[in-house]
Amino acid sequence: MRNPQLNSRGELQHLLTTEGLPRATLMAILDAAAPFTEVAEREVKKLPLLRGKSVFNLFFENSTRTRTTFEIAAKRLSADVINLNINTSSAAKGESLLDTVDNLAAMQADMFVVRHASSGAAHLIAEHLANTGKDHIRVINAGDGRHAHPTQGLLDMYTIRHYKRDFTGLTVAIVGDVLHSRVARSQIHALTTLGVPEVRVVAPKTLLPSCVERLGVRVCHDIREGLRGADVVMMLRLQNERMQGALLPSTQEYFKSYGLTPERLALAKPDAIVMHPGPMNRGVEIDSAVADGPHAVILPQVTFGIAVRMAVMSMLGGA
Amino acid sequence: MKIQIRNGRVIDPANGIDRIADLFIARGVIAGIDRAPQGFETSGTLDASGCIVCPGLVDLSARLREPGYEYRATLESEMAAAVAGGITSLACPPDTDPPLDEPGLVEMLRHRARLPAFGHVYPIGALTLKLAGERLTEMAELAEAGCVAFGQANTAIIDTQVLQRAMQYASTFGFPVWLQAQDPFLARAGVAHDGEVAARLGLAGIPVAAETIALATILQLARETGCQVHLTRISSAAGLEMIAAARRSGINATCDVAIHHLHLCDHDIAYFNPHARLDPPLRGAADRDALRRGLADGTINAVCSDHTPVDDDAKQVPFDQAEPGATGLELLLPLTLKWAAEMELPLIQALARITSDPARILGIEAGSLSVGAAADVCILDPEASFRVSRETLKSQGKNTPFLGMELPGRVRSTLIDGHLAYDGSWN
Repeated sequence: MRNPQLNSRGELQHLLTTEGLPRATLMAILDAAAPFTEVAEREVKKLPLLRGKSVFNLFFENSTRTRTTFEIAAKRLSADVINLNINTSSAAKGESLLDTVDNLAAMQADMFVVRHASSGAAHLIAEHLANTGKDHIRVINAGDGRHAHPTQGLLDMYTIRHYKRDFTGLTVAIVGDVLHSRVARSQIHALTTLGVPEVRVVAPKTLLPSCVERLGVRVCHDIREGLRGADVVMMLRLQNERMQGALLPSTQEYFKSYGLTPERLALAKPDAIVMHPGPMNRGVEIDSAVADGPHAVILPQVTFGIAVRMAVMSMLGGA
Repeated sequence: MKIQIRNGRVIDPANGIDRIADLFIARGVIAGIDRAPQGFETSGTLDASGCIVCPGLVDLSARLREPGYEYRATLESEMAAAVAGGITSLACPPDTDPPLDEPGLVEMLRHRARLPAFGHVYPIGALTLKLAGERLTEMAELAEAGCVAFGQANTAIIDTQVLQRAMQYASTFGFPVWLQAQDPFLARAGVAHDGEVAARLGLAGIPVAAETIALATILQLARETGCQVHLTRISSAAGLEMIAAARRSGINATCDVAIHHLHLCDHDIAYFNPHARLDPPLRGAADRDALRRGLADGTINAVCSDHTPVDDDAKQVPFDQAEPGATGLELLLPLTLKWAAEMELPLIQALARITSDPARILGIEAGSLSVGAAADVCILDPEASFRVSRETLKSQGKNTPFLGMELPGRVRSTLIDGHLAYDGSWN
């Protein structure tokens, strides 16, 4: 079975997940992003690469931050951007997901940026477009359920490469709610493909999927063990819902066991970087002293994120 | 009508027959094998050269979607699919809308199904009212209306005391109880086997423990109540081992497996294929292999189609929202033959699992070619194959993970009570 995001020539058709993408493709995206970081420094922050193209931001799940970064990226490439926030509850009552897609496809969309609460939603849309002869429309997954958030994974790779240059000697610790995290999955696949020799996931058993080790990671339940000697610490957001469903007793206890404090960070390499996909819960997964400290590269991540999204969009949508 | 089926390879597992022979049918029953009974004057002949002549198949689980879900399938569409698949007797689970919890509903279903071109329908009555797991149904009345066993379809009884009493009550009258072993709490929100694939795809998992924990409860209660239990759609190696152990210790329990679980595992979900969304979920490859062996050695008593037609709208949604289930009536025979070929099993042993063995579980006179038995017969060409496609499937449900696959075994004719109910010889 062919990876549905590659065409028969192995070229990127959609960006649905970092899983299964060849190393060369990942590197090509990172390389393509580099010049776009400079665009932001210019007085006129625009390139004509997507002029005349219509990018639909199709958000079935609320997200201001991700939607905004995609919007900025598309606008800097001169695309026309249409934002649609489709409340999932009203979608449940009325139009089906694929009916919505058909309607927007009929409006001559060139690209869909999709966020959806169900794993696989972006795959479903890409497959449907292929089945209905609309596969000129490109799909970028902006987060599907717990499955994938590939542009986040890629911007994280860009950030790591920016600070560490080479992937092949690194120890990377991913700390937090891996079970529910599409970000973690996209990071893990990208890191292992790019040749990072040690990827650790650090969490209590309730926040790890079973068989997570088969994704090529080392499982640590003790945060000290997880952080020791790490070059990169990637924090994950802990959502408040996790107190329901008996996954965790309290945010306080979580912070006590897994929160990233300066003392714990001292176990990592002296030049370790600390990343977070945002939005942060200070005092829950990360101490403010770390979030605002010298190791944090959380704001550069956001800046790089726009460049990486511009790179992906121009690669998929550029004529 | 007196029919002679000539020159076929007659395989009748119930009687240990496997040889080239002629089969004679008169007045709706099997009148003789090899030699015509005295005074037999053929009014019709079916040439079965190169074909297998076996008892009509008995399917332990086929959802006909009536009453309540006629937009998904109707009795007409699904009974046509059944005979096209060589199935002449089938049990239907009680999860209709409303559920089969009243004698009137069961009588109506039986009445609707009473057509010569249709197979025999054996309803499984609801064990509790509305399948809600709170109050018992009128089992004696339902049995009189035609229910052969009582069950909950895929709904669990959460209250263990209700389950115990339901089993006590059913066993008082000697009614078998059919249960799916799945702990509803461990299965809550889960859509796939809790393993590597679910971890990779970000799908909520259903652990094997959901099956084994429910099994432990059911088997213990079976021991205490003496209730005859049939465990439907076993999915895991661990679950199978528990059943085997329970049986060795004298517990009266049988079990079945669905055709999908014999051939597929969680890797077949691939990129969120909604046709692989099944209940119970497809488990790991090692589980599948254990189920294949278990069916061969008889630990699993029968294989069923677990036929569940689902309309396209309910499948063309993200995987976690897709309705579970797959169409199966027309695939029971080919997938059983495929399993047998891959396991290098004698056909007589494989065909037992879809004829005499499920008939025994249902407690019905079917699944054999004994002289005097109803002439429910399937004539199939084991060498012919076909491609599963939306066009070839007669069922209204086109939802199957086997779409596009080439499968062995084509049904040439199906006879029900001596009537030619399906003639596919020219297709």
